[in-house]
Amino acid sequence: MADHDMLDNDEPLLVATSLSKSFGRIAACRDVSFALYPGEVLAIVGESGSGKSTLLQMLSGQLAPSAGHVSYRMRDGVTRDLTTLGEAERRFLFRTDWGFVHQDPAQGLRMAVSAGANVGERLMAVGWNHYGRIRDTASDWLARVEIDVARIDDAPRTYSGGMRQRLQIARNLVTEPRLVFMDEPTGGLDVSVQARLLDLLRSLVAELHLAVIIVTHDLAVARLLSHRVMVMKGGRVIETGLTDQVLDDPREPYTQLLVSSILPP
Amino acid sequence: MTAMIDVADAQKTFTMHLQGGIELPVVRGVTFHVNPGECVVLSGPSGAGKSSILKMIFGNYRCDSGRIGIRHRGTVIDLATAEPRQVLNIRRSTIGYVSQFLRAVPRVATIDVVAEPLIVNGVARSEAQQLAGELLHRLNIPERLWQLPPATFSGGEQQRVNIARGFISDLPILLLDEPTASLDAANRTVVVELVAEKKRQGVAMVAIVHDDEIRHLIADRIVDVTSFAAAA
Repeated sequence: MADHDMLDNDEPLLVATSLSKSFGRIAACRDVSFALYPGEVLAIVGESGSGKSTLLQMLSGQLAPSAGHVSYRMRDGVTRDLTTLGEAERRFLFRTDWGFVHQDPAQGLRMAVSAGANVGERLMAVGWNHYGRIRDTASDWLARVEIDVARIDDAPRTYSGGMRQRLQIARNLVTEPRLVFMDEPTGGLDVSVQARLLDLLRSLVAELHLAVIIVTHDLAVARLLSHRVMVMKGGRVIETGLTDQVLDDPREPYTQLLVSSILPP
Repeated sequence: MTAMIDVADAQKTFTMHLQGGIELPVVRGVTFHVNPGECVVLSGPSGAGKSSILKMIFGNYRCDSGRIGIRHRGTVIDLATAEPRQVLNIRRSTIGYVSQFLRAVPRVATIDVVAEPLIVNGVARSEAQQLAGELLHRLNIPERLWQLPPATFSGGEQQRVNIARGFISDLPILLLDEPTASLDAANRTVVVELVAEKKRQGVAMVAIVHDDEIRHLIADRIVDVTSFAAAA
């Protein structure tokens, strides 16, 4: 992929500097640094226990690093250190400028309220109060993620796994965030459902010029969606570069093992 | 210096860690340049490193040493040391690559697969689709197939879609990896014409072509890759 608009002279949206996290004597994440630019899709790959989920939690301000910091350029252009944000500010960021797509849609949705309310809730959180406009926008978004608008009043617990995941994406994107975190977004889905979701994500990311940090153990997902890849092992980034470069010309033994473990199509 | 591509002393070795760290030398001392409006054909037997050189110029394979100078928006950038973001920018507005096989995106219609490189560079969708249609016509892809995704097409049809996608843009550099491999005579002629048109527009091209007749028709210069063979 990697055909998206990317300006030459923009500033990074998010910068991670020497991020580390230890749980007791276990170093889950060690000395990770990178910069993410607007519209850029970064995949963090590695197997379970490599530290990629810990890293994602630190990047999204849900877990305090043991060392290092994350700075983010807010919509007003001011760059802030995430650890200095108050709880209210952080929550506001999450409701407006950020999205988080969980592997399990039940974690990102309210399963007992209607699909329309799931999407509309994010709009109300940013101050929308006109019921008709909220419903219209929610309908538009259901259509964009290929959910039959006739299902708008049904609760997501009546939806299939693929539909729930698409609803979670609509809920996240309705406020036009600039950065979306994704944790194994295609993880629990059937292969055919995965392909459709990936294709949908790919076009939405390009259309909305989203920056994305996506954690996945599936290199095919990284290849289809991301511009850049970071390979993690034992809490460290062991290889990083352009996605097709890292996957077609892997240098590190572990990356070569990952790439060679893919079954041919 | 007006060359569009200026490769100097580029070297590539694969280290196969899963095979006990065997070193597989691919090429070394790769040095040649390509001027605007010129088509350089890489020659040499299979395994001599022709495709690897093309991939190094596209930034798909990394160089161990040496330089891949690319003229990008008026300045020369060394692709061998460029940042990933810069490589992506160069691919979007300077270097196109026609691979041997179409990497089909599921669910995207053929006409849009072909039009996409123009759309990402800001051309209006309708105009891009019209140009895509003209190219598909020339390459004898029947109009009834245009709205279908190319995933189910035959090998030859997919290759022609791939060629249309590669030739639609007005990028100043094109890399062609066996563009005529599975085409019939009529379609090979179309590709030869397309290459000639690109030359007139000043596009610099590097091609790999096994067919002697086609090579003779499109090559302005031939660079023999065996002189870069790294194998001891």
